[in-house]
Amino acid sequence: MLGLDKKDYTLLLIVAGLTMLAPFILNPFPEGSGLAQFNAGYPDLMQRFVIFGIFAIGFNILFGLTGYLSFGHAAFLGVGSYAAIWMMKLLTTNVIPAMVMAVIIAGLFALIVGYVSLRRSGIYFSILTLAFAQMSFAMAYSVLTPLTGGETGLQLKIADARILDGALEAGEQARANLFGLNMSSSYEMSVGSWLFTFNTGYYIAALVMLASFYLAIRIFRSPFGLMLRAVKSNQNRLNYTGLNPRPYTLAAFVISGMYAGLAGGLMVAMDTQVGPERMFWTASGEVVLMTILGGAGTLIGPVLGAGLIKYMENILSKINKDILHQWFAFLPDGLEDFIITLVYPFIGKGWHLTLGIIFMMVVIFLPGGLVEGGQRIAKLFKGKDADEDGAQTKPAE
Amino acid sequence: MSTSNFTRRGVLKTSALAGAGVALPTIFTASSAAAYMNEPKGSTVTLGFNVPQSGPYADEGADELRAYELAVEHLNGGGDGGLMNTFSSKALKGNGILGKKVEYVTGDTQTKSDAARASAKSMIEKDGAVMITGGSSSGVAVAVQALCQEAGVIFMAGLTHSNDTTGKDKKANGFRHFFNSYMSGAALAPVLQKMYGSDRKAYHLTADYNWGYTTEEAVKSSTEAMGWETVNAVKTPLTQTDFSSYIAPVLQSGADVLVLNHYGGNMVNSLTNAVQFGLRDKQVNGKNFEIVVPLYSRLMAKGAGANVKGIFGSTNWHWSLTDEGSKAFVKSFGEKYGFPPSQAAHTCYVQALLYADACERAGTFNPCGVVEALEGFEFDGMGNGKTLYRAEDHQCFKDVLVVKGKENPTSEFDLLEIVEVTPVEQVTYAPDHPQMAGGELGTCNPGA
Repeated sequence: MLGLDKKDYTLLLIVAGLTMLAPFILNPFPEGSGLAQFNAGYPDLMQRFVIFGIFAIGFNILFGLTGYLSFGHAAFLGVGSYAAIWMMKLLTTNVIPAMVMAVIIAGLFALIVGYVSLRRSGIYFSILTLAFAQMSFAMAYSVLTPLTGGETGLQLKIADARILDGALEAGEQARANLFGLNMSSSYEMSVGSWLFTFNTGYYIAALVMLASFYLAIRIFRSPFGLMLRAVKSNQNRLNYTGLNPRPYTLAAFVISGMYAGLAGGLMVAMDTQVGPERMFWTASGEVVLMTILGGAGTLIGPVLGAGLIKYMENILSKINKDILHQWFAFLPDGLEDFIITLVYPFIGKGWHLTLGIIFMMVVIFLPGGLVEGGQRIAKLFKGKDADEDGAQTKPAE
Repeated sequence: MSTSNFTRRGVLKTSALAGAGVALPTIFTASSAAAYMNEPKGSTVTLGFNVPQSGPYADEGADELRAYELAVEHLNGGGDGGLMNTFSSKALKGNGILGKKVEYVTGDTQTKSDAARASAKSMIEKDGAVMITGGSSSGVAVAVQALCQEAGVIFMAGLTHSNDTTGKDKKANGFRHFFNSYMSGAALAPVLQKMYGSDRKAYHLTADYNWGYTTEEAVKSSTEAMGWETVNAVKTPLTQTDFSSYIAPVLQSGADVLVLNHYGGNMVNSLTNAVQFGLRDKQVNGKNFEIVVPLYSRLMAKGAGANVKGIFGSTNWHWSLTDEGSKAFVKSFGEKYGFPPSQAAHTCYVQALLYADACERAGTFNPCGVVEALEGFEFDGMGNGKTLYRAEDHQCFKDVLVVKGKENPTSEFDLLEIVEVTPVEQVTYAPDHPQMAGGELGTCNPGA
């Protein structure tokens, strides 16, 4: 189907199923119960899941296939975001032109950065990309303030030009939309004490993510993808056979930059605000973490990694001491305080610590990321032939 | 490639499934339409406290959170009632807001716009917060304020000093109690004139971002209006930790006053560098060299230690004020936490109370009702004297404190002394003042 073999098609279907049913899957606990704290099925977080999924999928095309570790991918995300918001400010609040422009501008920027950085490989390449990203961040933060809004960033304003849109009615605000369909509109469905939210923006982002995922599978399985793997496994040998790897790596770099731009454009489409922190080096590091955590070089891995990190950032970080006291209220006072002292450093603002520990565990015990974990579990259940019919793909060598 | 064969059994199965799917929605009860975003339906109302818990302003965030917890306690009738006793409006009864018990959720802004918006969004979408408040930087305040305007909830700004928050980025759903760059400049200038004379040459070091720009502009225009000359204004990167290379040229420039438009760690480092360079012992143009810090906070003074002695700056509120409101707040905060509150804590506490009071007076949590109740609202007894929430830009107008680093501090909290309380008339400006121009308030948005 769709030019995919059965295994990949199943994978695509699984991802499609997961994204479409996300409002149910992510809200397993009834409203008002103590565990509702762990529900992640609200529009903003679901949007983040798929947007960072796209970002990580794109990053994985570069890192997973060619082995070139870019430490500056957030720059493309940021550039895409700025391009998108300017389209919305100047042209129309429809998200399509914004996203298209985000991809184009990010692609062009990636072409320039890639052209320079890909002259080196290994750590030098990483440092070069990092330098470009930090430079973009610093410029967006200060010297480019007229263009980027500086620290405060850019937002849609009532007084924006929007030459394609009609004037706003009094009291109306400019909102991101798809041909009049408001991105922030939601349909809420309550079943018993459960509440499920179906958000327009989320479903649009999810469809874009599915398309990106499909494209990534095609790239992975194409002769081009095979060339990229060849670059990763032994670039010297490739040179000796008379092939010039640079056009391939540059193409991969630009494609992955465009993915990042698309993610940036979608972020603006979902939430019409851009700030320069989006390009800070920690944001670049985050996508590296996502990819490695999920499994570099696998198809589904980066999406899982993105989901895990965003879940922890948004859910774990919001558990404060009061909530802990509620949970452990049944214990005697001394013990309650003791347990809370033990647990507290790992939640709330300490979520980074937990993430760090998980990351270390994964790198040490599951070098193939969460995907390898899944495969091992599948093997336990299915015995030897798990490899043949497991839906997961192997990491690239 | 897969092939599909329609078998009788297959078709039956599929149609059975489809039938079940069609029947399914009938067991759902569609959620009833609310009059406005997150209308509180039960016996509680949820407020969202979005403060920096990590990053450079984590200390201030922690103090803000303490203030909010105190405010919630007082609103629900606990503690000694704090400022509710001295507040000129008596609508609050200590039984929550409109009879609903106040509950709260917290989030970490990380002092990043994206993170702050994500956390505010989760409060609105997941926890059902009707009001978001807090924050310790203008970038975050502007970002979250715009989000609240879009979503249809009220935003009560925490510590944000840039003109933009109620200037070019003002929003109908957003309110700021804290003062701003313009007020700092207007309050400082007369004191500086009195202390240092009107024939001075100033050199500005400015943090290279929005707040730095507006503060530099405000101080520059106020000091130039009284006869000072601005020799140079140099931007310093926000991430700079060593300012010695910026301090050295100051001496060669012929300037005799250094204005540090820096905040937080930046200010601590630049001031320390300047003092270490011996700037304060120098004589230039026959006058003592002086240093000015437009925006002071106690936490910064603590960081800079003995270097702040004798240095002038402005602040929104200080715990050593002796009016009834300030005394009541310092007392209940001190009793609960064991030390006096910072100005960030004060503004956040007051914002929470002002919101609650506005709801009571409006008789609803509807953002449009709250906006109407707050616009043009005059109050007293909150520690800043008579205060007005101006309708045109949702900025509070009140007295501004000019402070000086204390020569002989008696404790780690007693670092600043109040030099002058600049009356509100002196810091009031027209809503379309050039430093504020360019924004539009819009109309209130109740969401839903």
